Amino acid sequence: MRYTLLFHYQEGSVETLGEEVIAEGKRAMTSYAATLHAAGVLIGGEVLHSSELTTTVRVTEGVAHVQDGPYADTKEQLGGTIIIDVPDLDAAIDWARRAPQAQWGTVEIRPGASHLVEGVWT
Amino acid sequence: MSADEARAAAERAARASYGKLVALLAAPAGDVALAEDALAGAFEEALRRWPATGVPANPEGWLLTVARNRRRDVWKSAAARTCAPLTEDSAHIDPLADHDPYAIGDKRLELLFVCAHPAIDETARTPLMLQTVLGFEAAEIARAYAVPPATMAQRLVRAKKRIKQARIPFTVPDRRSMPDRLPPVLEAVYGCAAIASSPAGEAQYLAVTLAVLLGNEAEAWGLAALTTLTLARHRTGFVPLDAQNPSDWDAALIDEGEAYLRRADPSGPPGRFQLEAAIQAVHCDRRRTGHTDWAALDTLYAALLIVAPSLGARVAAAAVRGRIDGPEAGLAALPTDAESFQPYWATRADLLARAGRDATAAYHRAADLTDDPSVAAFLRSRA
Repeated sequence: MRYTLLFHYQEGSVETLGEEVIAEGKRAMTSYAATLHAAGVLIGGEVLHSSELTTTVRVTEGVAHVQDGPYADTKEQLGGTIIIDVPDLDAAIDWARRAPQAQWGTVEIRPGASHLVEGVWT
Repeated sequence: MSADEARAAAERAARASYGKLVALLAAPAGDVALAEDALAGAFEEALRRWPATGVPANPEGWLLTVARNRRRDVWKSAAARTCAPLTEDSAHIDPLADHDPYAIGDKRLELLFVCAHPAIDETARTPLMLQTVLGFEAAEIARAYAVPPATMAQRLVRAKKRIKQARIPFTVPDRRSMPDRLPPVLEAVYGCAAIASSPAGEAQYLAVTLAVLLGNEAEAWGLAALTTLTLARHRTGFVPLDAQNPSDWDAALIDEGEAYLRRADPSGPPGRFQLEAAIQAVHCDRRRTGHTDWAALDTLYAALLIVAPSLGARVAAAAVRGRIDGPEAGLAALPTDAESFQPYWATRADLLARAGRDATAAYHRAADLTDDPSVAAFLRSRA
């Protein structure tokens, strides 16, 4: 069963957090990813740039409305995702609990309904 | 055998085995709703057939076989084929084919942990147990919670969908997770006892089953003792504890409850349910000694207020203080933040009356705040 872990947290930068904190976060993420990989549960993942760089598009009556800024202007933003394949929700909760992001934000666990293999939904 | 006898036999089988059968049927694919439908079909078939054939030697096994066949029919049906692909696990699993239902009663325990899983909405946990483990109808549960039947039905459907689609596992947590996972299960079973307080004692049966299956969890034995001792004093209509005649209590249940309390052998300080059970045991002991040991209650409430300082416990502790040091001391010990809490007004009224002060307004306030007509009638008669 595939679950996507969505990491929501208050965004920080080198200026607000300091270089040492950023470096520590990166080390923790490297170690977490290696642990997921070694356990054979890691499907993929991505850390996103800050929502300052995000653009949203919506098409109404054939016209595309392109806007700068995130979909929801909230204090905590989606900062990255990791997809894992584990037997059940308890296993997913256990991995979410160990995510470094759980220390400084919230980890949301969504069961996957359908995913792509070679361009086909399965 | 008459239709009435068949119905009574089916109802007995339902009470004893409903949760076990739902657990067995639901576990493989996590589909509680399908298990309940299949089981409801099996009970209907029992009511049709048993009057002619008599109750089978193993009614539980009979119901399981029929329900299993019905569930397989759903999986094979055209609707299932065209609406949704058979998932890999639903296509080949039938782990129940050869087993003896008496040999694996543990599945019921797993169902309890599913119902009180942290990923299930807290307000849905007790209703889910009442329905899937104890076999109550959604409409009955809705009545107990004073919400519209459609609201309760929706809450239950949502919870079951979550169990299936988020894949909440049918497992008993390991010892490492038990300290986090057991308390919500005990809370939900306790909630069942508060709601299903019928003389049949369904929730007491569930609490005892939980304690037996877990073996060595002190708080589970505490809850088994608490529900058993409460059931021993159960009666229809309200009579305040003081005015109850101990010879009306069920002596066998009191012995049983005390035995469960002795089984609770905590490795650390006793938890909330053991303390509440001990408080009940002190009250029940009036049957043997003819008086209430207020000093023992005082000690137990002092411990309870450290472990679980609920408003109810604080009010009850003040009532005990009133018995030991006089009603004025009891009034002074009452919590001050309980203006909308019915037991506060009932206790305050009683303490005022004992102190020889005017208790009329407090009795009326207490009567207004209760949903139970027999409690309201008693309080108004005192005012």
